Amino acid sequence: MSVEAPEFVILPEPEEGNHGIKEAARRKLSSPWAVLVVAIITILWTIPTVGLLITSFRPAADAQNTGWWTFFRNPAVTFSNYAEVITGGSTTATGIMPYFFNSFAIAIPAAIFPLVLASMAAYAIAWVPFRGAIWIFFGIFALQVVPLQMALLPLLQMFNLGWSIGDIPIFPDLNKPGSNQSLLAGTYIPLWIAHTMFALPLAIFLLHNFMAQLPRDLMEAARVDGAGHFLIFRKIVLPLSIPAIASFAIFQFLWVWNDLLVAITFAGGTPNVAPITSYLASLKGSYGAQLHLTTAGAFIAIIVPLIVFFSLQRFFVRGLLAGSVKG
Amino acid sequence: MEEILNGLPKLGSAAAAIAIFLAFLLIVFFIGARFRGRLQGPAALIVFLGPALILVTMGLIVPAFRTIYGSTLDANQEEFIGLDNYAWIFDTQQGVLINTLLWIVIAPVASTALGLTLALLLDRMRRESVAKSLIFMPMAISFVGASIIWGLVYEYREPSREQVGLLSQVVMWLGVEEPPNWILWQPFNNYLLMVIMVWIQVGFAMVVLSAAIKNIPADVVEAAELDGATGWRLFSRVTIPMIRATLIVVLTTIMIAVLKIFDIVRTMTNGNFGTQVVANEMYAQSFVQFNEGHGNALAVVLFIGVIPLIIYNVVQLRKERAIR
Amino acid sequence: MIALKRRRGAAVLAGGVAAFMLLAACSSDSSTEESATEETATEETATEETATEEATADVAAGCEPYAQYLGNEGASVSIFTSILPPEQGLFEQAWSQFESCTGIDIVYEASDQFEAQLPTRIAGGNAPDIAFIPQPGLLAKLVADGGPVPAPEGTVANVDQYWNPAWKTYGTVDGTFYAAPLGSNMKSFVWYSPKVFADKGYTVPTTWDELWALSDQMVADGVKPWCGGLESGGATGWPSTDWLEQIMLRMYGGEVYDKWVNHELLFDSPEVTAAMDVLAGWMKNPEYVNGGFGDVQTLATVGFQDAGAPILAGECGMLQQASFYANFWGNFQEGATVGADGDAFAFYLPAIDDSVAPQPVVGGGEFVTAFADRPEVAAVQAYLASPEFATSKVALGTWVSANSGVPLDAYADGSIDQLSAQYLTDLTGTFRFDASDLMPAAVGAGAMWTQMTAWFAEDKPTAEVLKAIDAAWPAS
Repeated sequence: MSVEAPEFVILPEPEEGNHGIKEAARRKLSSPWAVLVVAIITILWTIPTVGLLITSFRPAADAQNTGWWTFFRNPAVTFSNYAEVITGGSTTATGIMPYFFNSFAIAIPAAIFPLVLASMAAYAIAWVPFRGAIWIFFGIFALQVVPLQMALLPLLQMFNLGWSIGDIPIFPDLNKPGSNQSLLAGTYIPLWIAHTMFALPLAIFLLHNFMAQLPRDLMEAARVDGAGHFLIFRKIVLPLSIPAIASFAIFQFLWVWNDLLVAITFAGGTPNVAPITSYLASLKGSYGAQLHLTTAGAFIAIIVPLIVFFSLQRFFVRGLLAGSVKG
Repeated sequence: MEEILNGLPKLGSAAAAIAIFLAFLLIVFFIGARFRGRLQGPAALIVFLGPALILVTMGLIVPAFRTIYGSTLDANQEEFIGLDNYAWIFDTQQGVLINTLLWIVIAPVASTALGLTLALLLDRMRRESVAKSLIFMPMAISFVGASIIWGLVYEYREPSREQVGLLSQVVMWLGVEEPPNWILWQPFNNYLLMVIMVWIQVGFAMVVLSAAIKNIPADVVEAAELDGATGWRLFSRVTIPMIRATLIVVLTTIMIAVLKIFDIVRTMTNGNFGTQVVANEMYAQSFVQFNEGHGNALAVVLFIGVIPLIIYNVVQLRKERAIR
Repeated sequence: MIALKRRRGAAVLAGGVAAFMLLAACSSDSSTEESATEETATEETATEETATEEATADVAAGCEPYAQYLGNEGASVSIFTSILPPEQGLFEQAWSQFESCTGIDIVYEASDQFEAQLPTRIAGGNAPDIAFIPQPGLLAKLVADGGPVPAPEGTVANVDQYWNPAWKTYGTVDGTFYAAPLGSNMKSFVWYSPKVFADKGYTVPTTWDELWALSDQMVADGVKPWCGGLESGGATGWPSTDWLEQIMLRMYGGEVYDKWVNHELLFDSPEVTAAMDVLAGWMKNPEYVNGGFGDVQTLATVGFQDAGAPILAGECGMLQQASFYANFWGNFQEGATVGADGDAFAFYLPAIDDSVAPQPVVGGGEFVTAFADRPEVAAVQAYLASPEFATSKVALGTWVSANSGVPLDAYADGSIDQLSAQYLTDLTGTFRFDASDLMPAAVGAGAMWTQMTAWFAEDKPTAEVLKAIDAAWPAS
């Protein structure tokens, strides 16, 4: 899998058990046709994004009236599209930057929280023996199907009005006295909690699959030495699960970064808290005709996921497999 | 520069939140670890499983039951009207149900099949990582971004004018004189929207399946080859059975993603021109037209649609567990 | 090798980001906590100072018009709207002096999903202080669910003094007045290019028949006379509802129009069917439509923001759109001017029969609805309903107010805004509010949009379209 890992990522040792045989088979079976098919698909898959990138550098009139491929005949490049999107130009008070920072502030904690909680839960299901463990596991797996849209309103009410069963408060009413503004409004907290909740089922499912495969002898040996669950989790399971946890964290980071629905529901669209996708959607809504601006905004929005993805892909592909592939 | 300085406190608050969260966990762990003997197991369960279960209950289970109950109430969620909302779905929304069915079947199967093909081809190739990275890349792009990207592909202009949409231009180069207005081109517009989903998901399928193929023990392949199995026979008798579990996981994951998808349809057609799907109709009913009864019933139809899938997966998981 | 280089570049960038985050992690303060305490503090000052509201002795120079709004220094008021950039900036500019004089911070937030987001946020207890609601139908629905607070005294006084009573009724639900009108749109306009008209020797039509004679002449000259665009994200289809409303008001007059709005006249009726037939001969006429884009079906995929572009190039003759469309011409062509002899201008869509409906005008507008009754919110509400705000906003252009305290000469002379204001404040005309905005959301923001879109894009039969819209009308 990992041939040319980027220098700064610490990779787990690849399992190279059958490398020699594979290598021989590889050379023998590699045919020019296969190469051709792969090359064509790769090009097809890349072209739409290339179109976006080129359009974002073209002058307004060119972008609106001619196809981006005519750029090669008539290469006119401008950076003013990016300048206008970044500064806000003459039309908006703030450019894209506040949203850009919001996206980081939302996505990093929203990737870490569910992963920590899910790895704890996965450990409990896999290694703390109790009755019904398997049913809890199946139940959590099944929860993946709950459509996000239906959970939005109840959650929003919980954050802002509190929840109670009868008179017993489950979640406090956080409204500032005498107003209809929640203390949480205008903070990232509802977003972090919501993303954490929605991420848990898949995270627990995948991490459980990984942790359940850890060697039983290891745990038993530790238990014989008198180690409790807390110690085993911290000293043995967590370090061994790092590849899986890290890969899912990267995935979750990408999902949260790209999310729009949860963001506009819980954060609204102000530059104080709204992420870059929200800015991009309103850019698309208001500048319909301004292709050169929407493409520039879109490219700024996808640049971070692309960097994260290209630089860390080995790392996260590896852990993802751990969850789904039986070795 | 000023913008960057303004951004720093935001990152600071995120860092502080993470620090508080981890500090809190450390304290809980410290306390939890003091329980010994018979109490050790229950204490560990509460600490390890408790937070996740509470969050999942509040965020998913309670809303799910609320939705099921709400699907039997009227538009304003005030009066009980039995199964009228469901009658409405099956009387007036058949087209939406059919489209959704097409999506659930075609998009995951196409993504998985193409992903598998690529995984097989790439398995025998050098420089595979370049191709893999580029094919996987769309996974990192948001749906808003994807809709802008694909808008540039499906854009329509009169054939007599300079073309802006890539697809029209390509088919015109190929000799088609009057390309259709793609987004309106029923019923094929549904498939054109699915292409976007496949574009996003193929990379996922490819990477996971490719790893599964590499994990097939070498001696199994060798033995089969000694028996004279090559090409298609090797593939259908050895490769496919060996990666079956992975294939199911990939298919299920993509299916669940497809079922809940509404961003692509919402941004490309808003459900017009015969492309509506359940998830987008649900959003429109609940949040635009304020008929929460209809919206809830549509959500329940979605749950019910996935239940067979979940049951199948659970059965598979139980079998595997029994083996282990 | 190229791949390798790119990879390294990405790595450097990512490394930079990581270092940056580390730096951020070292800064010890939590801005979340900070802002929370800050907010509580401002609230205390706000309540304290309400008591001393009358003490306005020390008004800073230039702030005299704002004396009555003082006493809320440091307070903040959130406004949620559907009005996106580039128009957003003009609002912020218009009230900037109010902000600096009164010390009230107005936080503006716009979303193209406004209609879906607002009820969600109200139900979730996260309502904005003020929302600009363009649909009286939505206002009625929100009042029924609870949320809007009745308009405060200062606002009521301004509205009573400066607005045509009809406007007040659109902001009134069940006898209680909630929302003061803000901006107004004159929707009965046809946009064209005065330069192209001059070149070709066309004259602006002043009667219904002249309009069709001109259209036919353009066809004879080889140009499609009409263009349009229905695509508008989640609101795709709305421009076509405007077209139907224009015809309904012109064919049958105000009373029938009102019955139609209240569903006393069904969509599936001879009257509406006849109006649809007229519309079919206009915007669904393959000889007329869609100039610069292609056939009639392209109406459905062209964004309404893009629809006017071919007019400047002379590839399309006319576009039926509201007065706010003045904002878009600069997008199509750098420095395009809007004026009677500029690149783009609009004429009044003529009446069909003056005896049925003299000077019919369909209009729209936003209504300032409050969800909190704090003094600073009331101050902003009253200010937005005052002629001072309307005049300063009007001065920035591309905006019209039906506030009669705004003198006609506040508008740039010969501007489209002045023309709009002229029609909107003319009491002899037949003014009606946009019907789809008055209807329940299931129709006005649902079935009517989707069914009209299907009528244009899929050629769905008229009778089926009208029956489907009737079927969507909520039972009550």
